[in-house]
Amino acid sequence: MGLIRDLAVQGAQMVFVLLLAPLLLGLTRKLKARMLDRVGPPLFQPYRDLLKLVRKEVVIAENASWLFRVAPYVIFAATWVAAALVPTFATGLQFSWTADLIAITALLASARFFLALAGMDIGTAFGGIGASREMLFASLAEPAMIMMVFVVALVAGSTQLSWVANFMLTHASLRVSLGMALVALIIVALAENARIPVDNPATHLELTMVHEAMVLEYSGRHLAVIELAAALKLLLYVSLIACVFVPWGLAPPRSGFLPLVIGAVTYIGKISVGAFLLVFFETSIAKMRVFRVPELLGAALMLGFLGTLLLFVSRSF
Amino acid sequence: MGHFALDLAHLLAGGMVLVSFMLLYQNRMFGLLNVFALHALVLSASVAWQAWVQNAPHLYVTAAIALVLKAIVIPLALRRMVIRLEIHRTIETVGGIGLTMLMGIALVALSLVVMLQAAAEADPLAREDVALALSVILLGLLMMVTRYNAVSQIVGFMSLENGLILAAAGAKGMPLVVEISIAFSVLVAFIVIGVFLFRIRERFDSVDTHALDDYREGRQ
Amino acid sequence: MPVVVALGSVAVLILVAVAALFLVARPAFATRFVYGAAGLVALVLMVTALAALLGRVDISGEIVLPVGLPWVGAHFRIDPLSAFFLVVIDLGAAAASLYALGYGAHETQPERVLPFFPAFLAGMNLVILAADAFSFLVAWEFMSLASWALVMAHHQAEENRRAGFVYLVMASFGTLMLLLAFGLMAGPDGVYAFAEMRHRVHADWLPGLVLLLALLGAGSKAGLVPLHVWLPLAHPAAPSHVSALMSGVMTKVALYGFVRIVFDLVGDPVWWWSAVVMALGALTAVVGVLHAILERDFKRLLAYSTVENIGIVFIGLGLALAFAANEMAAPAALAITASLFHALNHSLFKGLMFFGAGAVLTATGERDIEKLGGLIHRLPVTAVVVLGGAMAISALPPLNGFVSEWMIFQAILLSPDLPQWALKLMVPAVGAALAFSAALAGACFVRAYGVAFLGRPRSTAAAGAHEVDRFSLVAMGLLLGLCLMAGVVPGLVIDAVSSVAVQVVGHDMPPQPLWPTLSIVPVSEGRSSYSGMLVLVFIAMSSGLAAWAIHRFASKALRRGPAWDCGFPDASPVTQYTADSFAMPIRRVFGPVAFRSHIERRMPPPGDPSPAQLKVVKHDLSWEILYAPISGRVARLAERLNTLQFLSIRSYLTLVFAALVGLLVVVAIWA
Repeated sequence: MGLIRDLAVQGAQMVFVLLLAPLLLGLTRKLKARMLDRVGPPLFQPYRDLLKLVRKEVVIAENASWLFRVAPYVIFAATWVAAALVPTFATGLQFSWTADLIAITALLASARFFLALAGMDIGTAFGGIGASREMLFASLAEPAMIMMVFVVALVAGSTQLSWVANFMLTHASLRVSLGMALVALIIVALAENARIPVDNPATHLELTMVHEAMVLEYSGRHLAVIELAAALKLLLYVSLIACVFVPWGLAPPRSGFLPLVIGAVTYIGKISVGAFLLVFFETSIAKMRVFRVPELLGAALMLGFLGTLLLFVSRSF
Repeated sequence: MGHFALDLAHLLAGGMVLVSFMLLYQNRMFGLLNVFALHALVLSASVAWQAWVQNAPHLYVTAAIALVLKAIVIPLALRRMVIRLEIHRTIETVGGIGLTMLMGIALVALSLVVMLQAAAEADPLAREDVALALSVILLGLLMMVTRYNAVSQIVGFMSLENGLILAAAGAKGMPLVVEISIAFSVLVAFIVIGVFLFRIRERFDSVDTHALDDYREGRQ
Repeated sequence: MPVVVALGSVAVLILVAVAALFLVARPAFATRFVYGAAGLVALVLMVTALAALLGRVDISGEIVLPVGLPWVGAHFRIDPLSAFFLVVIDLGAAAASLYALGYGAHETQPERVLPFFPAFLAGMNLVILAADAFSFLVAWEFMSLASWALVMAHHQAEENRRAGFVYLVMASFGTLMLLLAFGLMAGPDGVYAFAEMRHRVHADWLPGLVLLLALLGAGSKAGLVPLHVWLPLAHPAAPSHVSALMSGVMTKVALYGFVRIVFDLVGDPVWWWSAVVMALGALTAVVGVLHAILERDFKRLLAYSTVENIGIVFIGLGLALAFAANEMAAPAALAITASLFHALNHSLFKGLMFFGAGAVLTATGERDIEKLGGLIHRLPVTAVVVLGGAMAISALPPLNGFVSEWMIFQAILLSPDLPQWALKLMVPAVGAALAFSAALAGACFVRAYGVAFLGRPRSTAAAGAHEVDRFSLVAMGLLLGLCLMAGVVPGLVIDAVSSVAVQVVGHDMPPQPLWPTLSIVPVSEGRSSYSGMLVLVFIAMSSGLAAWAIHRFASKALRRGPAWDCGFPDASPVTQYTADSFAMPIRRVFGPVAFRSHIERRMPPPGDPSPAQLKVVKHDLSWEILYAPISGRVARLAERLNTLQFLSIRSYLTLVFAALVGLLVVVAIWA
């Protein structure tokens, strides 16, 4: 009985994040439009976009290989598995011991690996530019993320996300190292999700795009799958920040129905606040030149490293 | 001190280290002045918290002085001076930003080693705060050393000053007299530097200390 | 008795080598015979070693042969450490022999390769089997010479001759350092047998000196920076199956030498050893991968990637030393298991990648990736296995590269308990360097695979390539299968290595739970765990589900058209991204620090229609700071000493007379 309930919670989480991801995207776009004094697209527009795309015929280049056709599904699968492991409304997920924070980082790296390869498959300059810039940003963002994982793991005593969320829930404290880790994670999240100031998610000008350049040749259902994976990635990062740094409201393991509902409601609230803060930040800052981004990511790496150093030196930092 | 009090003190001190790194990262004049105002703001919050925790009302005055003078008056005055003198808007650095950041990290590590290992007899909880304050001081010095522009050197000097005040506030109290005298000496130094800058600007049309080197006695 | 089997197999290999000398008159038969025999013998050795490692046979015997130094003899034995490395080496050797059955048919000068291949394998196995210093060093030199002969196989090319020369010099240097190390450990009484050497009591300063000598000696063979310079020259020069062995297997022999000396023979470790080892390892990892990402030659890129992975193994070894010196047994077991696991993984996926490079070379005749492209259409099976190898090297789950790096990260997370301050400051920096090099390795292999296999062909050679023979494909497929197995069921490997961990650090990792979760636990169940099998299952199920749902409920239609490219399609393959342009952002960000790189621009004056020229200037800092001054000084010294060649007869007689008188004076004073 307990096992079935735990599996049900895990399954519900997987479906929940899948359904919620386009809503987060729609909310971000709507808020951004409002902040710029426009009306903006309806809240549920991304769902309509996805449905439209999956029903369309796919047009691919003559020299596209099997990698190009398989990559969207692999990217989606890796991102979905990673997103399913981040506690959203309940901790103690049944499969949380399958992959910890380091494995989640590596799963996102797999998705990025295949996305970059797909960008290079057709053999156009756009795919190449997107792939090469994406790997430059990844070469600094991934170590920064690992440093953040170190800080969190040293504070909580484990890299397992469910354990970390439980620890943060019961030992709430303001720690310097966690503050530094939070800033580093926010910078990494902005870079990895192709938000301003690193990349502009709404453009198709090749000089300003990184993520869009890699998926330029995709159409139809492939594009729909990739867009859904990108939305899942944004939801993953916001959920990660929420579960590690703002864990109140998470239902403890093996709880009844009411705490789960409360967990879900608080989670939706946290997501909305996160979307608002993201939009506020995006509309108040300009996009950076490409070669200023490594300095920003280097700063995130330094912050994560500083946090780790402080924790190595003394446990009370 | 209770656990929460200690954590918040650490957090504010760590916040000052963070803002010191942000100061090192800036390469535009107005950005630098804004971040310096933030530096002083965090300092005043930190000193105010120390005042609450240690039950030392005179530290509130210190916090207020830091807030008014260093977070509002001095940045505004510097801003006006920058506009009046039409000082170059970007800041040249010695070595790249990456190298400066790495040196900053090394300095933080050094201050941690010094305070936590060498000063082993002191109270362990206060030691960590003082270690962070020492880092702020060293980062201020680093900023002075790796910048050519005189205004950014002034800002580095001020941030060093802030680090000293943080250290003194954390080490269980600082008499008000000392604080007032420090504040006045800062003000005097500031006025002198301002006058000096005006004179330099008049004579040499720039405040780049590099340019000044050419006019030293004995140089070919 | 496994020792007898092993020694017998080595003897068979030497016989095969001698036979090959006579058989080269009929190259096709000789190729099949030599590689087939070598492969079978390697398999026998591997099975024997595996049985020894898993404790199925009794390995307590030692064999002493009456060869070598008369008062020592030649000792040979198998203990868990040597059993593990024998498995690694012979697995790689068997795969390389299988691959060479197909690849060797294209060899233009079989008489320069066939006799030395079995000799090389024999030498490597003898190093591991040796249980006294003399046999160890003789086997080490034999291995170096055999591989040098293989490097010089295609000696017509100038760069191969230079590679052979540098390799010979570095190998001699390494052996000299190891000779000094063993000499110090043996002492004035000449205690060369390992069984007695490890019980000797040394002076305080001696173990540290031995560590440094071992780092120089074994590290130069393994590829530690700055002693790595021969690797990127020699590995590409040899034929591909030999490159795979040199990169994937011979470096592991060097690792064995290091572990044997530092963890076993010299006594208890001291904490500062780990600082040196970790610092060198981190430097090696970062320098290796930065060089790799800027390389155009596929094999040289793989050689630099080997340097990076050796750096990662040394980081793990340094951590193990730190924990062992501080008597933290369980973390030490984790660290040493992680390092050995990574060594095994590296031999698997580096072998696979070199086989792929060989296949590409056979099919297109090109090693320069800038002249390749679109090979995924021409070499479909090779492309799949090389993609698997690239994923494994980039440490992506669920393959094996990720598991060993995950374990090293877990070991780093256990190190705040280390008491020494230098270690407390150094380990986070080493962790950051490790994460950084792992991220750059991913970028490097996206570049290599994307430019070589994807896109459109950049030359006629690439456009006209054909798939290679079945032996090569089977060998590559086998290695990929092993990579997948090690990634999905890593608990088996960890349990197999536990006897080695017990021998080396005195503790082993907790037994890995095989059912029901197939996950590995480095410390304890609740703390951290990873299940490669379930990750694989989840990814497969999610992608399958997504594909099925969309194909069933939405559209399945697909149409081919010209590439869109923002509406400006260009038919010329020159307009696609090149390898240099892919690496440009990374070179621009990290180049000025790592290579003092800059761009020289020559612009024509206005009105002049000639093209502008851009040149990227890169400095190899190891050469310029270390080797060029040393070789310059040696050359100048040799010039001065050259005058000794031209003296008169009376001068030579005077020299002889002076030497004799001098030695007599020394004897007189000392007596």
